[in-house]
Amino acid sequence: MFRETLLLALRAIRRNAMRSSLTILGIVIGVAAVITMVTLGGGATQAVAQQIRGLGANLLNVRPGQQPRGPGGARQVAKAFEAKDVEAIEREVPGIAALAPVAARAMLAIHAETNWQTSVTGTDNAYFQVRTWTLAAGREFTDAELRSGAMACIIGATVRRKLFGASDPLGGSMRLGALACQVIGVLAAKGQATFGMDQDDIVVVPLRAFQRRIAGNQNVDTIMVSVRDDVPTRRVQASIEQILRERRRAGAGEEADFHVMDMQQIVAAVSGTTETMTLLLGAVAAVSLLVGGIGIMNIMLVSVTERTREIGIRLAVGAMEEDVLLQFLVEAVTLSLLGGIAGVLLGLGAAFAGAALLGVPFLPNPWIALVAFLFSGLVGVVFGYFPAHKAAQLNPIDALRHE
Amino acid sequence: MSAPPPVIELRGVIKTYGAGTAAVQALRGVDLAIAHGEFVAVMGPSGSGKSTCMNIVGCLDVPTSGAFLFEGADVGRLPRRQRALLRRYYLGFVFQGYNLLGRTSALENVELPLVYRGMPPRERHARALRALATVGLEEWARHTPGELSGGQQQRVAIARAIVAEPTVILADEPTGNLDTARSREIMDLLAGLNRDRGITIVMVTHENDMADYARRVVRFVDGRVDSDAANPGRA
Repeated sequence: MFRETLLLALRAIRRNAMRSSLTILGIVIGVAAVITMVTLGGGATQAVAQQIRGLGANLLNVRPGQQPRGPGGARQVAKAFEAKDVEAIEREVPGIAALAPVAARAMLAIHAETNWQTSVTGTDNAYFQVRTWTLAAGREFTDAELRSGAMACIIGATVRRKLFGASDPLGGSMRLGALACQVIGVLAAKGQATFGMDQDDIVVVPLRAFQRRIAGNQNVDTIMVSVRDDVPTRRVQASIEQILRERRRAGAGEEADFHVMDMQQIVAAVSGTTETMTLLLGAVAAVSLLVGGIGIMNIMLVSVTERTREIGIRLAVGAMEEDVLLQFLVEAVTLSLLGGIAGVLLGLGAAFAGAALLGVPFLPNPWIALVAFLFSGLVGVVFGYFPAHKAAQLNPIDALRHE
Repeated sequence: MSAPPPVIELRGVIKTYGAGTAAVQALRGVDLAIAHGEFVAVMGPSGSGKSTCMNIVGCLDVPTSGAFLFEGADVGRLPRRQRALLRRYYLGFVFQGYNLLGRTSALENVELPLVYRGMPPRERHARALRALATVGLEEWARHTPGELSGGQQQRVAIARAIVAEPTVILADEPTGNLDTARSREIMDLLAGLNRDRGITIVMVTHENDMADYARRVVRFVDGRVDSDAANPGRA
């Protein structure tokens, strides 16, 4: 009996092929949108997480001031760190693989006729270890350069490309603002940008040189700490917090005027954000599914009116209310499931193209496809029920007289 | 042993449409008994209540008051579901306008009542083909109503009415849309079914020629049975 009903539904749908395909368009678009959004969102989440992990392994960032919370929150001004803080951490906290004091600011880099606005970072050789960054050419800083504050620079791939083009930058000289400096190394390209920032747009100089000649103070903006693999980052984080609280005289219960950020936490936070975005986009797309359902209801109502006589005939020859109800319900559900199938295929296709376009991995999720498909069926049931019920409740006498 | 109960019996059936001052009494107390195997013509002017009466007998409508007995059981107040089952297992309908499903083959039209009985396809096909053979249309099984003449369509409708082997066939002006020659074919067919298979036939008609095929003629006037007599031409 069910097979009959299904065949009947397919025949009715085929009979009005044009109208049927227009009817399911809403469902097709809805399902496709959900699948595209969720698939692309999943890919983007993974891409971002991977990029952040690429910033450095087991990395802790220690910064003055409280952790910024929410958008637009005023950052409280807090005393910067000093070299002594760095030394204290290095001396007293166990489980550190490498630790780099960092100070940075934006400056104009000039070579010959070309100039380029870039970010200048003062630090030491540990920076490359912490950030798991290797040199493509040249050498790291010598102890003498680090101690004396000589203007030796190691440049990122972007700076190299912008300033030096095809020529060899090693041994060449460039200027940072008014200061001349000698290029001693070139960093390997990190590749992708994170949050739209180009990591390779950087010039690295010895911290001492940065403090004396560029910043004119003894400040350390950030302490980057790489934790040993066999040590939990939480423990190292806690030790650093304890030492710095003492050194910066934060009383018990008082909020510290610095914060330690675990990159893993950032990964989790950012992934959480993109996942929320994905959910939101998916929800918006799901609304279009509902709109598609209304389209199906509309056409089914028209269909019931058109086929009033047919319903009357069926009722007269012994169809029960539920037979008629089932017939129209199955027709609506078949329609919406056909839309669901088309939507899944279209959505996966669009997600594949979109992933290639955006440079995020294409991660099709069979569960989302299944859920979207089943949801389209549910839409068919919900929005098909009212027209089907209306058909089933028709009075056979009136239905037979209907022209 | 007493005689078997009439297949159809109406006792004091009143049917009122609307309510209050707008109420219209379509049937004003109808008493009518039809025995197994009868061929009854129901006649009367428009608005005389014959159609209302047929709807009640066809389990498509319920009386406002009075009793409708089918084979001795009071079925007049059965719920919609039960009435649908009565139609499914005991009644066959033939309409003036044929009422076949368009764009659906004659065979499938005839199969329709069997589909709702849940009969498996193979058996269904066989029985529908037999029914079509009875009305002389086995060659036309694959054609849709649009490809058939009016007379042929009405024969398909008769095949549909008899395919489920009903106790009663209710025919509502079955020849109303046909010319005389076609009408006679249809009437011969119905009379044959009544004679050979003992199917009870109740037929509404305006035409005396057609009523002559019946063995009994019931005339309605103003919601009542005005006359009920054996057909002089046949009896």
